[in-house]
Amino acid sequence: MTAPSRRFDPRGLGPAHPSSAVSVGAAAAVLAVFAWLCFDMVRQGVGVVDWQFLVHEPSDAGRAGGIAPILVSTLWILAVCLAATVPLGLLTSIYLAELTPRDDVVGRITRRSLDALAAVPSIVFGLFGNAFFAYGLGLGLSILSGGLTLACMILPLFIRTVELGLRAVPASQRDAAHALGLRPIAIAFRVVLPQATPAIVAGLVLGIGRALAETAALIFTSGYQTRFPTSVFDSGRSLSVHIFDLGANIPGGDARAYGSALVLVAILFLLNRIATSILRLFGLEAPR
Amino acid sequence: MNSCADDCPCAAMTTEKLTLHYGATAAFRDVSLEIPRCEITALIGPSGCGKTSFLSSLNRLTDLVPSCRVTGRITLGDLEVLAPDTNVVALRRRIGMIFQKPNPFAFSIAKNFALPLREHGVREHAEIEQRTEAALRDVGLWDEVRDRLRRSARTLSGGQQQRLCLARALALEPEVLLLDEPCSALDPISSAKVEDHLQSLKGRFTVVIVTHNLAQARRIADRVVFFWADESGGRVVESGPVDALFEDAIDPLTQAYVRGQHG
Ligand SMILES: Nc1ncnc2c1ncn2[C@@H]1O[C@H](COP(=O)(O)OP(=O)(O)OP(=O)(O)O)[C@@H](O)[C@H]1O
Ligand SMILES: [Mg+2]
Repeated sequence: MTAPSRRFDPRGLGPAHPSSAVSVGAAAAVLAVFAWLCFDMVRQGVGVVDWQFLVHEPSDAGRAGGIAPILVSTLWILAVCLAATVPLGLLTSIYLAELTPRDDVVGRITRRSLDALAAVPSIVFGLFGNAFFAYGLGLGLSILSGGLTLACMILPLFIRTVELGLRAVPASQRDAAHALGLRPIAIAFRVVLPQATPAIVAGLVLGIGRALAETAALIFTSGYQTRFPTSVFDSGRSLSVHIFDLGANIPGGDARAYGSALVLVAILFLLNRIATSILRLFGLEAPR
Repeated sequence: MNSCADDCPCAAMTTEKLTLHYGATAAFRDVSLEIPRCEITALIGPSGCGKTSFLSSLNRLTDLVPSCRVTGRITLGDLEVLAPDTNVVALRRRIGMIFQKPNPFAFSIAKNFALPLREHGVREHAEIEQRTEAALRDVGLWDEVRDRLRRSARTLSGGQQQRLCLARALALEPEVLLLDEPCSALDPISSAKVEDHLQSLKGRFTVVIVTHNLAQARRIADRVVFFWADESGGRVVESGPVDALFEDAIDPLTQAYVRGQHG
């Protein structure tokens, strides 16, 4: 029997235990760093961001002008990345979660490889994308190479998130479907997959977040051309590469680097809001 | 008792020396039964004696449990159910099943019908609607849900969900209907409704129903099968026409059970 005074203390730590002070302190520190980051970014970037910044091309190596072509390239890269990630990712996660038994050898090897891939630093994906997509397949430094490289990078995360979502669908739903004489493929796509919508949206948000933040994988694959792209075979600079370039290589580029960062964060925030509304549309809670 | 016409599509089932193991433990052994066509066969017996397992082996839902092994013989009409080359999807389309816990799909009420009907090859929108309505009327749910067919099936009460599952199975016009304690989650009124409908469906399907309610078994069943479990797993103690089993059972275990003296 535990002492009565401890009965309501689930972790068994007394209220005055030093570790609770440490964890409160750590949480406060994290919050402080985050607040300072936001404040700094807004303070330095807000003067730069206006309508002109969004609709003009950069000039003087980015020290002046805006980010319009960079926004366009970023969206194109993201579109290519998603066009490859979503179908491949959904099919693979359905294969892993629904169509193979848990102890299946191929499934296990696939899962292990995905976990290993998820831990690979993005610069390695950049080098791989450069060798494989840009030169091996002859796509050159292009939006296509960049988008496909990003797809390779976020696929593991997307697949594992969706797979977990598929596995979380109650077995009783599958039993009902089997008993009604539905084919396994129909059960996977029509019964289980729709119920994993929150996980799919979560996987997309996580994946897009990583993709938009990515620099190292893109420098060697989509390049840093600042012109408006005319097709997916053109080189195009993403926002993240632009921020990196302005910050690291262009003296006097800081203000516009901060401005671009502010736009990037705003886009991420917007995407999150969209995802939440999609979930609400389905009558579901956003995953935390 | 058999009120069914000669051209009725429903089929008889038989089992021979049917034994089911989960891993090394037997859930039941050597069950040999005749399940006559168009009749209602009730399975009774205490908890854990293998009634659900027996029911799930009839449509090979036990295939989904990796540790489960079924040996012996099951026939549905001329079909060898346990043969390795039996098409289980086709088999399950001939057999409807209602589970102990209602399991409507987490979609709208309408989609709970449209999805399986489409899978069964019903393409016409009008026919889907008509069969949905007919099945919902069959279980007395139509008036309760006609205005909310687009709402999630999960918004229904437990009893309504169970009747929805029954209707969903009926809409597919199976030959055999397996019911696992379909009334255990229902209030006496809904339970009586389901019971009435089962009786009105008599002659349209072969029914196998698990029930803990002996009075219900007595009211609706044509034949009764009494399961019992001992150390070596479940087995069938006695089976026969409902009156014979309730009035003059041969085995003392059965006599005691139907008199409500244990279990
Ligand atoms: N998936 C499973 N894996 C392992 N053992 C199982 C499984 N399902 C059932 N069993 C075991 O098989 C035996 C029979 O279970 P079953 O569910 O068929 O009984 P039942 O007669 O339907 O009981 P109840 O009246 O409580 O529903 C039980 O001992 C149970 O523990
Ligand atoms: Mg049971």
